Amino acid sequence: MASANSEQDAPVRYVSPTVAQSVKILVVGAFGVGKTTMIGSVSEIPPLRTEETMTTAGVGIDPAAGVDGKTTTTVAMDFGRITVSSDVVLYLFGTPGQRRFWDLWEGLAEGAVGVLVLVDTRRLEDSFEVLDQLELRTSMPFAVAVNEFPNAPRHGAEPLREALDLLPDTPIVMCDARSRDSAARALITLVEHALKYTNSPKAFT
Amino acid sequence: MADYADDRRNVERSGFADHPVRPYVWTSGRAHPSRNTIRPETLLVVDPDVPFPVSSTRQQRELLDMCRGVLSLAEAAAHLNLPVSLVLVLASDLVDSGHLSIRSALPQFARPDRDLLEKVLNGLRKL
Repeated sequence: MASANSEQDAPVRYVSPTVAQSVKILVVGAFGVGKTTMIGSVSEIPPLRTEETMTTAGVGIDPAAGVDGKTTTTVAMDFGRITVSSDVVLYLFGTPGQRRFWDLWEGLAEGAVGVLVLVDTRRLEDSFEVLDQLELRTSMPFAVAVNEFPNAPRHGAEPLREALDLLPDTPIVMCDARSRDSAARALITLVEHALKYTNSPKAFT
Repeated sequence: MADYADDRRNVERSGFADHPVRPYVWTSGRAHPSRNTIRPETLLVVDPDVPFPVSSTRQQRELLDMCRGVLSLAEAAAHLNLPVSLVLVLASDLVDSGHLSIRSALPQFARPDRDLLEKVLNGLRKL
């Protein structure tokens, strides 16, 4: 499924030599929620995958630790790329929801445009932890994209806003992660929201 | 749990399976880069006028070879099948020694400024 899409042996496709700046958006969500599918829908390269090994951070959390002498867990990050202008490239980093996972990639959250939280209506509870952390522990702009799986129950945006206990100004958008237009619309919603945080041309916040 | 098992299978399929040589061997035991100005999205490119360092390791040469064109650190790591944290250490050393250049301007502020966000927005609207 989603995480099987990455093509590690894909030929290297270099960034245009005119590009001098890079920015990123984090796409976070539980396993199987469609992060890689969404990234693949809009990326100009086949999604790539990198791995980090988690050791002590997983002790007491990873139930497999100690069972067969296993003390490490591999956490994957899939990502894609969009050249948005002749001089700017945008990276989309897809990472598991919990903050302890995205902390694995040094500097991953620093300097990001914002976070798109991908949600599956069949497993809303998987999103509570990451939403709490974004609201309480970071100042990063974020938006919620509800991936409408074919067999998932359909709710309107407002009941979901209530169920997820979102702040009134947090954008929520319904999407189909498989559709380029739909995925792009979710990203546009996030960037428009991030612009509201950035009133002056040179904001320090 | 099932997700972790699936993940491990993917790891094996994608060639990321555990390596007999621990990553810290390749970084002379260091887990942290010599500079903190490189992030996963930082664009790197090799300086073609500077010859490969004589004492370079295979991983350093592979990274320099990979960066003949402009590429982000994360992309270089993915194509080399190495963890980002390891490539960060290798790249920092090569930037320090002048073999690798940071192509993307260093972010001056905690978050992208308005001009940059508008470029991103316009680019996404054209998709």
